Amino acid sequence: MAHAGTLDIRGLNKRYEVKGQPLPVLHDINLTIKPGEFVSIVGTSGCGKSTLLRLIIGLEEDYEGEILLDGTRVRGTNLNRGIVFQEHRLFPWLTVEKNIALGLLNSGLTEGQQRATIREHIELVGLNGFEKAYPHQLSGGMSQRVAIARALVNRPDILLLDEPFGALDAMTRAHLQQELHRIWQTEGITMILVTHDVEEAVYLGDKVVVMEPRPGRIRRTVPVPLAHPRDRASYAFTTVKDNVLREFGEHSAAELAEPPLKTARPDTSTWQFAV
Amino acid sequence: MSQATSSGGVPPALRPWVLPVLILLLWWWAVASGWSTSPLLVSPWAVWEKALQQITSGDLWAALSASLWRNAQGFVAGASAGLAVGVLLGWSRWAERLVGPSFHTLKQISLFAWIPMLSMWFGLGDGAKIAFIAMAAFFPMVLNTFEGLRSVPREFIEVGRVYGFGFRQQLTRVIAPSAAPSVFTGVQLALIYSWLATLGSEYLMASGPGIGNTLIDGREHFQMDLVLFGVVVIGLVGSVLNAATGALERRLLAWRDRTVARY
Repeated sequence: MAHAGTLDIRGLNKRYEVKGQPLPVLHDINLTIKPGEFVSIVGTSGCGKSTLLRLIIGLEEDYEGEILLDGTRVRGTNLNRGIVFQEHRLFPWLTVEKNIALGLLNSGLTEGQQRATIREHIELVGLNGFEKAYPHQLSGGMSQRVAIARALVNRPDILLLDEPFGALDAMTRAHLQQELHRIWQTEGITMILVTHDVEEAVYLGDKVVVMEPRPGRIRRTVPVPLAHPRDRASYAFTTVKDNVLREFGEHSAAELAEPPLKTARPDTSTWQFAV
Repeated sequence: MSQATSSGGVPPALRPWVLPVLILLLWWWAVASGWSTSPLLVSPWAVWEKALQQITSGDLWAALSASLWRNAQGFVAGASAGLAVGVLLGWSRWAERLVGPSFHTLKQISLFAWIPMLSMWFGLGDGAKIAFIAMAAFFPMVLNTFEGLRSVPREFIEVGRVYGFGFRQQLTRVIAPSAAPSVFTGVQLALIYSWLATLGSEYLMASGPGIGNTLIDGREHFQMDLVLFGVVVIGLVGSVLNAATGALERRLLAWRDRTVARY
């Protein structure tokens, strides 16, 4: 079993500069996550929950306060922290196994060890037989499984998940939630899931952190004292879910839904040749 | 790929040949039936005989090899310069601000407008022709390389950062493969444009051997069979270049193949 990390966030503040004015994105975040714990973070759009993950993974810096993993301050990215993004971000020119192998490029493992690890992780996410497939040949759910395998292949102490199932249909999503739970139990590592789906948050989390926007801050942490496997239709489950939803107060649950992500491309359509 | 629903029973492999064969038959009929007696339209048979004579005498090879060599030199010079400038503009916003506006102005000038200047600078020998061909290859190469680099998704660079990629790894594992399809389009266009420019240069700066000069000879000596033969050769070379790059693209960029059955 891999080592599970303790994450300690103390007095975290993050600002962006917008037109010369400082815009607070995260305000005084304090959060302690125990080794092997599964923490869900929910909140409306603009509450800074994705920014929080980007700070923990190390893709964004310049913050006040402290982010400590096992007592060491987080600085830049590191193979002991893994992340799964909302879009699978697989490289379209590489097969499934080569995409996963990319995660091991700087792992220091020998070629034989790499092959064994890749095989193991393809097995873990249930994609045997698809090693040589290209991303465009995979469904959205399968692509996200590959992304999970790639994120876990370095055996990180902590796995961050940024709305990983947000773009999937309801059936696939429910199935992958079960799968993620199984993987969490198998690997025994710490996981943080950012989502706008309250049911998903309650289904998977040991606790649910509710955030509120402008500036992003923690409103409340709701414990989920339910044994696994959890029955989404049970009275106890819906009670916890209602508890979380109540934190959104006057905000309707519909407001939790976020628009799908769009990638900006440079506009080159105005370019023409003169011959 | 979509299949035509009404194909008239012609096997798919032969379909591209239907129109050329029909035109050839019509051409043959127009001359053979006496419908056209104009010396501007010689019979397909006369063109065929001219072709055999050109091939056996070595005239074709002399002209074709001169043209292809010119084409190759111009293409290599123009495409590699285009790749370098494209990388520079795509990589550095600063270079784009500095060089971009001038480049965009220059590319609006029709290539043929450069001929008087090029021929004064380089004379009417091979230098001016190769410079002209190089320019034709240069512009599409710059544009497509630039576009390829600018459309490398920031999301992919972030994936590299998460896995601790250094500069070299980002370059070889993320940036180069991301930009490759667009750069390859640039190569393909540069090849086509440089072949067009080869003919243009030989025709407009007539001197020395070349397929363009074969056409001029045909026109000046009123040999329609030679002119038509030259046109066929030019078309064949263009098709071969296009097919070759197409095959190379399918090999190198197989991952883009959308026709592979979905699981």
